[in-house]
Amino acid sequence: MNEIITIRTKEINTDFEVRSLDEIYAEEQPGKKTVLSYLKYLIVGIVFGIILVKSEVISWYRIQEMFRLQSFHMYGVIGSAVITGIISVQVIKRFNIKTINGEKIELPQKKFNKGQIYGGLLFGFGWALTGACPGPMFAQIGTGALVVVVSLLSAIAGTWVYGLIREKLPH
Amino acid sequence: MIEFLKQPWAWYVAGPLIGLMVPVLLIIGNKTFGISSSLRHICAACIPATIPFFSYEWKKEAWNLVLVSGILIGGLIAGFFLLNNQPVQINPTLVKELSGYGITDHHSLVPQQLFNFPALFTLKGFILIIGGGFLVGFGTRYAGGCTSGHAIMGLSNLQLPSLIATICFMAGGFIMANLILPFILML
Repeated sequence: MNEIITIRTKEINTDFEVRSLDEIYAEEQPGKKTVLSYLKYLIVGIVFGIILVKSEVISWYRIQEMFRLQSFHMYGVIGSAVITGIISVQVIKRFNIKTINGEKIELPQKKFNKGQIYGGLLFGFGWALTGACPGPMFAQIGTGALVVVVSLLSAIAGTWVYGLIREKLPH
Repeated sequence: MIEFLKQPWAWYVAGPLIGLMVPVLLIIGNKTFGISSSLRHICAACIPATIPFFSYEWKKEAWNLVLVSGILIGGLIAGFFLLNNQPVQINPTLVKELSGYGITDHHSLVPQQLFNFPALFTLKGFILIIGGGFLVGFGTRYAGGCTSGHAIMGLSNLQLPSLIATICFMAGGFIMANLILPFILML
């Protein structure tokens, strides 16, 4: 059952974020997951959440300014994040840096499909409306903007509807 | 130190810190940075409904759900302990435009006059909160990632599909913010 699903998903893989569906990942033995092994992700998440709030990336106003070319702020944030990321990935590749468990670092190669265009535009619409992409939604809820829980539930519903009809959509 | 933390952080502080999420996640667990897939895992965990797209072992991806839980806690910490109570600094042109729609309270990063529970029962609030949320969830999964997965992680690894997706995110945002949103805010 699981094998069939994996093969089906692989045939039309458009989502390179779910690594456990990748071949290279499926072979890897998962090992025992303890609470402690998840703690590091919790800490990284907390730090990321604080950064998102303090840099006002979660601000509806900052997103509006970005799309109206009224402020450099968001371009500076995203631009310097990408430059830092590019340098980091190059360093990892060049010096063959391993994970803390000594594994080789795997970077997925993405393939083009039309979903990146259609889905990208639709997400852009939603980003300008809500003033939030998925990460900031979680952070906004944390700051006490509780109505964003409704946006998040709606986003989960959107993801679910995509899953339901994706074979009928152009990719 | 706390006083310094309470100021809004400049882009050249925040941007590189966000960029560092990429190597940190790779090094601590061989994970690629991406937030929107958490929405897929929530579907897979709660409402898979035998849809193939949601039939996978979501528990193998549970780290991602822990990460977004952390983001929520981080938001809570920053929102309750690290915010100064100054009004948000906004471009005067935007302030003027928003006042035309009756949006004048700028004390919160999420404008309360637009995003509140009673607004859910108005057409404007429904489109912004529920319609916008739906498009974020549908669009990110259709595109295979969001700002973090494509714009930051994908571009960091020099992936052309991520560049195409990022350009489309921006194009969609420009179209919505400039051509459609003004009519919605007038409702």
